[in-house]
Amino acid sequence: MSNKDINILIVDDEYSVRDSLSQWFKADGFTVDTAENATEAFQKFKKRKWDIVLLDIKMPGMDGIEFNRHILSVDKSIIVIIVTAYATVESAVEAIKDGAFDYISKPLDPEYLTHVIRNALEKRELAKENVQLKARLTDLSTPDDIVGNSPQLRQVLKMVASVAKTDSTVMIRGESGTGKELIARAIHANSVRKYAPIITINCGGMTETLLESELFGHEKGAFTGADRLRIGKLERANKGTVFFDEIGNISEKMQMDLLRVLETKQFTRLGSDKSIEVDFRVLSATNKNLEHAVKRGEFREDLYFRLNVVTIDIPPLRERKEDIPLLCRHFLNKYTQSMSKSISDITPEAMEILVNYEWHGNIRELRNVIERAVVVCDEENISSKHLSFPFHSGDTSVTTNGNSLEATEKNQIHRILQQTGWQISKAAEILKIDRTTLYNKIKKYNLSK
Amino acid sequence: MTRSICVIPIEFQDQSLIKSLRRYLAQTFEVQVDIRNKKIDTARAYDQYRNQYHSSDLLKQLIDDPPDKGACKILGLCKFDLFIPIFTYVFGEAQLNGLGALVSTHRLESEFYGGHEDHELLKERLIKEANHELGHTFGLVHCKNAGCVMNFSTYVEDIDEKNILFCNECTAIIKQKR
Ligand SMILES: [Zn+2]
Ligand SMILES: [Zn+2]
Repeated sequence: MSNKDINILIVDDEYSVRDSLSQWFKADGFTVDTAENATEAFQKFKKRKWDIVLLDIKMPGMDGIEFNRHILSVDKSIIVIIVTAYATVESAVEAIKDGAFDYISKPLDPEYLTHVIRNALEKRELAKENVQLKARLTDLSTPDDIVGNSPQLRQVLKMVASVAKTDSTVMIRGESGTGKELIARAIHANSVRKYAPIITINCGGMTETLLESELFGHEKGAFTGADRLRIGKLERANKGTVFFDEIGNISEKMQMDLLRVLETKQFTRLGSDKSIEVDFRVLSATNKNLEHAVKRGEFREDLYFRLNVVTIDIPPLRERKEDIPLLCRHFLNKYTQSMSKSISDITPEAMEILVNYEWHGNIRELRNVIERAVVVCDEENISSKHLSFPFHSGDTSVTTNGNSLEATEKNQIHRILQQTGWQISKAAEILKIDRTTLYNKIKKYNLSK
Repeated sequence: MTRSICVIPIEFQDQSLIKSLRRYLAQTFEVQVDIRNKKIDTARAYDQYRNQYHSSDLLKQLIDDPPDKGACKILGLCKFDLFIPIFTYVFGEAQLNGLGALVSTHRLESEFYGGHEDHELLKERLIKEANHELGHTFGLVHCKNAGCVMNFSTYVEDIDEKNILFCNECTAIIKQKR
């Protein structure tokens, strides 16, 4: 593949910028064209496929953010690099959330531009290899809860299929609730390491000390309270896969320790100086923009590069609305079975609401809404009156979601029990769950008269 | 047809560098190399805010009313810190398949990176950059061959890594165009 086969479009209202950038890229042998406004750019988009687009985000008479969204909605594989003045870095970050590849600030540092382009080309190469591996997709086994048929999801699964067979380090990026852990599990399940364990380490909710002993384990008496030997998760993951969830949350010291482990594949238990050799594959996930944390100096660049050899981006649910009905029915079946209820479907009008909802909490939120609907529904079909969206907020986190659902369920069960004077069979009948489930819930929520 | 290369120093005093450059260019491109004077309005190219010189402006003045009706390539030589508005700086600039190129010694000097003055090293870097930018005027794009002078240099250290000469493929293209 020579640079001549790579088409670069420069969209900028300033002649001098278009001219110097196209000179710059032509000197590298790329095929370059320019557009000075949105209309011209749209026309050029109709004519041919572009590999890389350099887009000035702030041009008169045009919203760069919108334009970025538009071209990415047509073709996700286009690498958009946002060119921005310092004053518009905020919008550049927004564009990256929309799927732009990176941004560079004016005036451009030639070294940095070279670096960004090199990364872009690597990404493009990888994307191409994935297309070639499409055939393998059919025999990819995926965990049950990965449901959908949208091109976006298929793209993700394609990536899963191609990286699973390698031993590459993969970083999975996506909003909360998009199912990053499921993807990690799918990678593991399709790899040669599938007969060894996949060990998940949730870096989000742990203090530094706790995380340290979780990862490395400790000898008896290593610190106060360490009254027995503990085997760490890294040791248990030997021959398997380690999945670091919410990797962006680890402390500076932990970043350093982790980097050393990844580099040497060796570590020591706390309170011991005997080094232990381990062999594992590393997967990680983040809902943060780690590049920015790197730029701000909050996340080590060397660790970032070590973790982010291959990136899998999971699109938010609102970008693959066609998967929503499939997901709804999937969770409906799952919960009617586990609650022994006989709900057959979701009414079209309820489905319309579900499809058009924004789902900021993504699949996790959708699952909760369906579970709740199954709890409260005592009819043949789930209709709009069974739906409630109490979890709506900009950035939903796991705990608030879970708590909200649990609170709702707890209240509903308690209400029915009061209504029936704690006749378990009666209450179970109204709740459309079996008596065992009801007993379990009463115990779980510590309910009493 | 390129009959000659015309080197135009812009407020550039180092005669020994000019002499070496002339000798090397003549050897490399196998054409006659002339040193000429031309009145260049450097004040016009100076950007007070950036404290740098606008490379494209200087280049435009250099190729304006070319000698020998365009049958020569023009190489401007200066020691200003050069920029193109979209970039923080450039080592030099060239017109791909065009008439002119410009190089500056400013970011080629070891002193710029906190080192000691090294005249021999500066000479070598200047010749490489001059060859490289002139190569662009002969239509050459960046070359993937690691040692070739048309290999792209991100850092000044990259310039030191590569050879002073063109690889065989690049040489063949120059011969064709010359
Ligand atoms: Zn060049
Ligand atoms: Zn070459």
